[in-house]
Amino acid sequence: MKEIYKEYFRGNLPHIWCSGCGNGIVMSAWARAMDQLQLDKNQCVGVSGIGCSSRITGYLDINTLHTAHGRALPFATGVKMAKPEMHVFVFSGDGDCAAIGGNHFIHACRRDMDMTLIVFNNHIYGMTGGQFSPLTPFGKKSTTSPYGTVDPDFDLCKLAIGAGASFVARGDIFHAKQLTDLIVEAHNHPGFAVIEVMATCPISYGRHNKIPKPADMVNYLKENTVSKVRADKMTPEEVADKIVVGILHQHEPLEYTKEYAKLVKRLQGGEK
Amino acid sequence: MAKKLYNVTVQEKLCKACGICIALCPTKVFGATAEGKANVNNADACTGCLTCEMHCPDFCVEVEARENE
Ligand SMILES: Cc1ncc(C[n+]2csc(CCOP(=O)(O)OP(=O)(O)O)c2C)c(N)n1
Ligand code: SF4
Ligand code: SF4
Ligand code: SF4
Repeated sequence: MKEIYKEYFRGNLPHIWCSGCGNGIVMSAWARAMDQLQLDKNQCVGVSGIGCSSRITGYLDINTLHTAHGRALPFATGVKMAKPEMHVFVFSGDGDCAAIGGNHFIHACRRDMDMTLIVFNNHIYGMTGGQFSPLTPFGKKSTTSPYGTVDPDFDLCKLAIGAGASFVARGDIFHAKQLTDLIVEAHNHPGFAVIEVMATCPISYGRHNKIPKPADMVNYLKENTVSKVRADKMTPEEVADKIVVGILHQHEPLEYTKEYAKLVKRLQGGEK
Repeated sequence: MAKKLYNVTVQEKLCKACGICIALCPTKVFGATAEGKANVNNADACTGCLTCEMHCPDFCVEVEARENE
């Protein structure tokens, strides 16, 4: 096995994910990003919620917290407030982050605390057998929408930008190298950094939507993604059906834990 | 200059026969066993692009430059 996997994984493999599940490709990209960042592993914390994707924390050789469904961000917020020097990575599914955890997501974006959130968007509740999530595209089939969903498409990145996150990006598992680079940039950004990763669930999503082969799902992402740079030069009609990947938004943050530390210092100095 | 060569290995125990490396390799380095697991049947065609390594969801493919023979 490759050295970087030995360094950043605990070695309790094989993992529980199904054959061809895209989660492993994201986990591999994270290990490559860690190899580039060369952080002290003892100073890194991985926090996840509940779902197939959230099982990732059981495999990473850093400090980890596997928490409650939709609540990875509140736990991560607590970790960062108590230990602002820690590097915090949060892992969440599309159900975990956008459905049950949607409210926490909005407030984490708003607070803009320095951490990296990786959302595995496989468009489905994988773990519980394939119910549709807020990020299931319009018209797609699932066990709870056997004739196709009637919910309009929902864009998590737009929500993140609207709620105030200072770094918002989208990646995908076909562009694994670019995904690694996005994770590095997200970590280096000094505020709340969101990466929505287009991942795949061949079992609970692919099989219902006539794309059961894992390789076909990966190739779908190859054919249907365009970089932000290219999308900016295309007409709205041309971009409409495409998945835009890359850094979508970035601004200088007013980082929460730094502002809090300033407040403490000011009050300890007796100022009002 | 001689073509650069690579060793490609698959850890059979970890392979879950998903077919991703087999389909994505641009130079058709992999074949499939009867169970659908990847096997390396043409390592000399490998260009070292690392597509298989980065896309194996089970971390079982490894590509390394061959030492000069
Ligand atoms: C409070 C609570 N409600 C519901 C569940 C059941 N449940 C477990 S995982 C999950 C959805 C997982 O979907 P997602 O977050 O998209 O992750 P995936 O499994 O697709 O990676 C649900 C509804 C739970 N564990 N806890
Ligand atoms: S059910 Fe889907 S998301 Fe869960 S491990 Fe299997 S392929 Fe992956
Ligand atoms: S490195 Fe590229 S060429 Fe070599 S086996 Fe892997 S995918 Fe094929
Ligand atoms: S990508 Fe990995 S798990 Fe899938 S067939 Fe190839 S070696 Fe096996």
